[in-house]
Amino acid sequence: MTQQQPILELKNVTSAYGRIKAIREVSLKVYPGEVVSIIGANGAGKSTTLMSICGVLHPEQGEVWYDGVRIDGLASDLLPARGLCQVPEGRRIFPRLSVEENLDMGAFFRKDAAAIDHDKNRVFQLFPILQERRKQYGGTLSGGEQQMLAMGRALMSRPRLLLLDEPSLGLAPLIVQQIFRIIREINEADGVTVVLVEQNANLALKSSSRGYVLETGNVVMEDSAEALLANPDIRKAYLGE
Amino acid sequence: MTIRVSKLWFGYALAMAWFYVLLWPLLGIKADGLEFGASFAIWSKVAVASAILLGLYQLKKVGAFGFVERPAKVVGKAAGAVAARVPTWVALALVAAVAVAFPFFTERYAHDVAISVLVYIILGLGLNVVVGLAGLLDLGYIAFFGVGAYTYALLSVHFGLSFWLCLPIAGGFAAIAGCIIGYPTLRMRGDYLAIVTLGFGEIVRIVINNWMSLTNGPNGILGIKAPGIYWWNGKGFEHMLLNSLEQLYYIILALAVFTIVAVYRLNHSRIGRAFEAVREDQTAAELMGVDTLRIKLLAYALGAVFGGLAGTFFAARMKFVSPESFTFIESAMVLSMVVLGGMGSIPGVILGAVTLIALPEVFRGFELYRMFVFGGVMAGMMIFRPKGLWPAKRMGARSEERE
Ligand SMILES: Nc1ncnc2c1ncn2[C@@H]1O[C@H](COP(=O)(O)OP(=O)(O)OP(=O)(O)O)[C@@H](O)[C@H]1O
Ligand SMILES: [Mg+2]
Repeated sequence: MTQQQPILELKNVTSAYGRIKAIREVSLKVYPGEVVSIIGANGAGKSTTLMSICGVLHPEQGEVWYDGVRIDGLASDLLPARGLCQVPEGRRIFPRLSVEENLDMGAFFRKDAAAIDHDKNRVFQLFPILQERRKQYGGTLSGGEQQMLAMGRALMSRPRLLLLDEPSLGLAPLIVQQIFRIIREINEADGVTVVLVEQNANLALKSSSRGYVLETGNVVMEDSAEALLANPDIRKAYLGE
Repeated sequence: MTIRVSKLWFGYALAMAWFYVLLWPLLGIKADGLEFGASFAIWSKVAVASAILLGLYQLKKVGAFGFVERPAKVVGKAAGAVAARVPTWVALALVAAVAVAFPFFTERYAHDVAISVLVYIILGLGLNVVVGLAGLLDLGYIAFFGVGAYTYALLSVHFGLSFWLCLPIAGGFAAIAGCIIGYPTLRMRGDYLAIVTLGFGEIVRIVINNWMSLTNGPNGILGIKAPGIYWWNGKGFEHMLLNSLEQLYYIILALAVFTIVAVYRLNHSRIGRAFEAVREDQTAAELMGVDTLRIKLLAYALGAVFGGLAGTFFAARMKFVSPESFTFIESAMVLSMVVLGGMGSIPGVILGAVTLIALPEVFRGFELYRMFVFGGVMAGMMIFRPKGLWPAKRMGARSEERE
């Protein structure tokens, strides 16, 4: 796998809000077909990293490469069309659009009506509850349903690289398992590369091949998922042992 | 029960006391001293009237009107069922027929009011694109109305261009003005946006007011031509100006229908959805590939076009324009229509325009208190129907909408 060209590469990326640097010289690589986890405490800079990849935040220094192209100067709205999509922290579905309209927004830049219909059916197959609630306002869905909608919306853009920011946030254990099962399914069946940001380090690492550990804006560790799960420091700090 | 009743009357007493405190300074403080008679006379009338209403309400609660209510309910239900079975197009055809036939069974005065209502419907629908769909508060919307009106006024007086040619030109100028005003505000949200748009609206008015060489300042521009058409008179085509109120009514009706259709199509288009997405969550919209800055600019421009069209008609109808017609109060009025009717809802905005223009006419009997009553009605509406007279779409029906 490591012989391949990475689909995503961050080279010494530093991003700041005003004068406060939220991440410093973060470097990471993601290879096609992988699931990679980024774990870290609250405020470590995980969401900032994802926002820097997506161009919502433009890095102060460093480079972001996606699919052989440098993207850190690009406007964020150009990225979904290139197959890079994010499910942001806190879901951020459109509350006063119906479930179906939310999904349509995911395919906003696409013009291929037949393929869009096909993808919508695929989303409904993954999340049958969304089909049931098609006409309902997004804002009236339960938290778990909103998470599914947010993922479904992102899938409507036919991503090749999907960034997921805390998909398990605030969900009951059973729903969390369901969400993770679907993440694996998207990865295995549809071949989508996934970057997974999680508080739930145990679950995240168990679903990934590799992981990065962020601490106060720095990458402090990078290893295979098994190695991280076996690491006593990690177990202590992030798995609560 | 007794506790509830006494609570109701306590509320009534409090409201009446409050009302008097508001009313007395308006009527009782005079240059030559304080006076209680006039304000007390009005206050007591209102107090008695509301006491009667309150009494009736209580009797209704107790069920004293059961003998009327029960049959009324049955009739109402039956009527509702019938109405639900009438297809939308029949209802629309009915409304259209009434609108077309309107001038035949009404007077000049009614034509005049109807024309105003239709102008405001266009303005309301245009502003609704910006406020209701894209969620951008615009307190200077009337500026585009002014741009449209002055565009036609100047082109008509100086170059003799026809109304029909000037409609698209004025729409285009208004769209450009929309972009100019929109551009610097693109990165603003909420309160800041409100203040800046308010400022821009005033800037446009003040420029018109002071650019004497072009706009003739506060004196305005006279001698604007009415819309003309070519008419077959038996021998050949003859040019004719449409001066009468009925003819103008049909022109503005056509413009309003055009606006309604255009806005309806916009609402249900991909772009309309993008407007709503930007309103709901700008960052999420961006992550979905929406160029939010361009979409917002487009919302300003499209909204402005309708303002420009309405302005063109306004100039042609009045045959005179002056900066006075484009003050902030007009912007506030149009915004009130949108909010009162229901943001984002086309029938809502239409209803809002009818209510806000026709209602004050109905209340003309109240003379001085017209605006007072008007304000009261508005406040009441916002308390009892905060989403507007005819709110947009349904709100989260969980089980009913399942298939
Ligand atoms: N919009 C902002 N303005 C200023 N500072 C911010 C902003 N967003 C985040 N920060 C700061 O940047 C740092 C990193 O935040 P970030 O959201 O990336 O953390 P995180 O790792 O995602 O945390 P969590 O697990 O709680 O979501 C924090 O110290 C935070 O306070
Ligand atoms: Mg975060």
